[in-house]
Amino acid sequence: MATAHDAKPRSRVLWVDRFLTLIRIGFIFLISVGLLAFIAQQIDPQNPLARWLNPDATGLTAAQFKGLLVTGLAQGAMYGLIALGYSMVYGVLGFINFAHGEVFMVGAMSGMITSNKLADAGLWEDAFIPSLMFVVVTSILISTAVAVIMERIAYRPLRGAPRLIPLITSIGVSFFLQNVSVVLLGPGAKSYPSLPSWLSQKRSLIGFEIEGTKLVVLLTAAVSMAGLWFLVERTKTGKAMRAVAEDKEIASLMGINVNRTIVTTFAVGGAMAGVAGILWGILFRSVIHTTGFLPGIKAFSAAVVGGIGNLGGAMAGGLSLGAAEATAPLVLLEPLGVDGVSQLRDAVAFAVLILVLLVRPSGLFGERLSEEDRV
Amino acid sequence: MTATSESVSISQTPGIAWRKQTRFALIGALSSAFVALAGMPVGLDRRSIVYPVLSMGYLSLLWIPFVLASLAGSETVLEGMTARTRGKKDLLAGGLVGFGSASGLALLMLLIQNFDLRDPLVNWSPQLLNLLAFNQPLAVGMFLWLAFGSALGLLGGAMHVLPKKIRSHIRNVVLTVLAVSVLETFLTDLLEGFGLEILTDYIYYKRGGLEIVGALLVAALALLLPLLVGTKLTDAKQKVVSLPADERRRVNLVLLAASAAALFVLPFFLGKITNELLANVGLFVLLALGLNIVVGLAGILDLGYVAFFAVGGYTTAVLTSPNSPGFSPELPWPVALIIVILLTGLVGLFIGAPVIRMRGDYLAIVTLGFGEIIRLLFLSDWLSGWFGGAQGITNIPGVNVGIATVKGTDPRSVFLLVLVFCAIAVYVSWRLENSRLGRAWMAIREDEDVAEAMGVNTTNTKLMAFVVGAVLASFSGAIFSAKVGSIFPSSFLMLVSIIILVVVIVGGMGNITGVIVGALVLIGVLGGPKQPGLLQEFSQFKLLIYGALLVWMMLKRPEGLVPNVRRTRELHQEEFLQDAWLKGEIDTDDQEDPQ
Repeated sequence: MATAHDAKPRSRVLWVDRFLTLIRIGFIFLISVGLLAFIAQQIDPQNPLARWLNPDATGLTAAQFKGLLVTGLAQGAMYGLIALGYSMVYGVLGFINFAHGEVFMVGAMSGMITSNKLADAGLWEDAFIPSLMFVVVTSILISTAVAVIMERIAYRPLRGAPRLIPLITSIGVSFFLQNVSVVLLGPGAKSYPSLPSWLSQKRSLIGFEIEGTKLVVLLTAAVSMAGLWFLVERTKTGKAMRAVAEDKEIASLMGINVNRTIVTTFAVGGAMAGVAGILWGILFRSVIHTTGFLPGIKAFSAAVVGGIGNLGGAMAGGLSLGAAEATAPLVLLEPLGVDGVSQLRDAVAFAVLILVLLVRPSGLFGERLSEEDRV
Repeated sequence: MTATSESVSISQTPGIAWRKQTRFALIGALSSAFVALAGMPVGLDRRSIVYPVLSMGYLSLLWIPFVLASLAGSETVLEGMTARTRGKKDLLAGGLVGFGSASGLALLMLLIQNFDLRDPLVNWSPQLLNLLAFNQPLAVGMFLWLAFGSALGLLGGAMHVLPKKIRSHIRNVVLTVLAVSVLETFLTDLLEGFGLEILTDYIYYKRGGLEIVGALLVAALALLLPLLVGTKLTDAKQKVVSLPADERRRVNLVLLAASAAALFVLPFFLGKITNELLANVGLFVLLALGLNIVVGLAGILDLGYVAFFAVGGYTTAVLTSPNSPGFSPELPWPVALIIVILLTGLVGLFIGAPVIRMRGDYLAIVTLGFGEIIRLLFLSDWLSGWFGGAQGITNIPGVNVGIATVKGTDPRSVFLLVLVFCAIAVYVSWRLENSRLGRAWMAIREDEDVAEAMGVNTTNTKLMAFVVGAVLASFSGAIFSAKVGSIFPSSFLMLVSIIILVVVIVGGMGNITGVIVGALVLIGVLGGPKQPGLLQEFSQFKLLIYGALLVWMMLKRPEGLVPNVRRTRELHQEEFLQDAWLKGEIDTDDQEDPQ
């Protein structure tokens, strides 16, 4: 297991290394104390450790925990779908496409527009499944188009530029797309039409109470993931993508059209983001121009957690990040005596990113990058 | 290197690249339609440039055919190529590009007339249609646009045909009239300070914009001034450059002292609004100078820079305000500032240490995470006992400097205070740039491994960049909280980091003058995240423009408006190499010398 960090031999231990070790230990200490406190509280809320850390902790019932976990997993599946785009682009071009979160936002926005139009026409209630299919297809088409145009205008001229240049450009693209949405569609939050009741009903499944919408999200994510796996591992296009990710020059020597493969990568990532956008709409039924920002960053974190360039890892990373941010505030932070824990969800997601980068920078499932991108 | 002598002979292609012209016409059509649908014509119509003939709303559409036609006509002439001789065909091409751009608008007008898409597109309104049709029937409006578009396109194409001297005159006149019109608030304020309001009253219309007479006057001035001054300025510069070193330094020092004195006197002649505006610009100059050290010199992309601004602001608030909820020592501002500097430096160290070993892009996203975490912590109920949560901390006293108290109600004093700190920051940046540490930063920016091999302690050097950047941001934060008098988490959004980054990049990474120019142009004219600029009408579009500007700068001019020589060479390495190769200055690596 030669990671980027092991590869650099260091003869002496700097104070920064000591500091980093301290931080790692601190992180792990906090997590273990939090978990211990949680367990202590679960056994007996009056037990001295739990009382000492947080006397007013409300405690968490099994049903609540399961509910949190399901919510987290559903959101995590969505993060995973977005993360695929980050991971694939990073694998092929070696830079973070910051604007990918905005592609997701565009998907959610276009879904909002088409579904509202369908609802006005009365089709949304009458023929829900076909109209949902239509909404998904248009959203995929639009977000794919945005991703491809973005690559053509902003990123292709910058191949071979210093590393930070495309990254800064993508920040600009992200900012631009957000504000395009503001000036064209107006600044306020917009809502999706209401879903039929059979969909949002709760059902019990292997001991879990799952809302229909969350089930849909999980299933869609699984189907998309399977499709993507087939594309990447079993088709010629996928082979070309893997080859380009490995080494662009040699791939082009082998007769692969590198430009077209890169466009395909962006297109596939965009399509996944479009699907995720609709899932966002189904889960939260509201979308605003900043919708893409936080899920985008979290999805990137998910890609890093799973190991960047590793598609299965991206999905697994998304699921674990989603579960962590949903449960950690109540499981770890509340027993530690932190107030208002639900406000710290986003902070938990960032903390997970920092923790993974500190402890295991190549991700939980190993990164798959070409040699030059690993520097 | 695969380039052979073939590339030199291929380059002399005669005639016009018609495909390029068509592409630009299409781009023009799409961008005109986009600008119209973005609501710029309607939103900016209130502000006139030249009353009553040209408003900023129409200008937002009219520049497109002109600029695109002149861009479509431009050709890069590399070393070893000969420039094509221009002729009538170029005019025709320009006209066609202009026509194409305008036809996008004409089509949009037809669509607005016949369909209703107001539901998703908020600006799809009869109001827009009326404005586009100049309040005339649709056909007349469409015809007018096509005519204007073609004429402006023709002019754009003519920019390549006309002799260079006339071209530069046209550019001078247009830019001067625009600048005088945009800078109206500033100029009126300044001239009022000198008791010359008669002049501005004459050229400006009462509700913004130049009068026609005024515009003609300014245009005439722009034409005459170069004729009068002529080459005297460049001659003087030449003379100074040719002086011996110590004498030149003396002249430079005198010039510097004179301009510094002018700057410190300036606030006394300015009104409240302009002082306020310049104080805001100054705050951003401070932030941008700090980020310039981190991004421009050391090459570390810190996207959570606002965190240091926030820490500086909140620490000042906690230490000085009597309303601070947790701990309220009510220290005087200068004493608090010392603690703020120490604390922010420490925070810089703590944020820097974990991220310093990560690769550049991971670092960017993790710093962004830190920036958000810090804001979320200030906002959270958990720490609201210390920082007041969403209610923030209010009633922050101003800065007591003996003779006067600096606070937000007196923008002049704030501007003077900001100026003092900007002077400190410029001096520190300038000295650091030329120091051992500065050279180490630049070495790291260019190649970290090589720098390490040359004996630079990369870890400590990069951490120093974080700490120095953090301290400069804390100045800004400390002044900000004293100026506004209250502090809320919503002042420290991620947006602020991005805007500072845009300022640094547009101005010129790694260049102090560039950064100041960037802040003046962007924050002064368009406005900051919450602060209005000279063009207040632009407030709903400024973020869009910032985003577009960032992308455009990165694609076309990554070295910024005022480039740093070394940075430019780095960014355009390939072109420099190519030029040198064409001039025969370097050998290609496959022709080794037999000796």
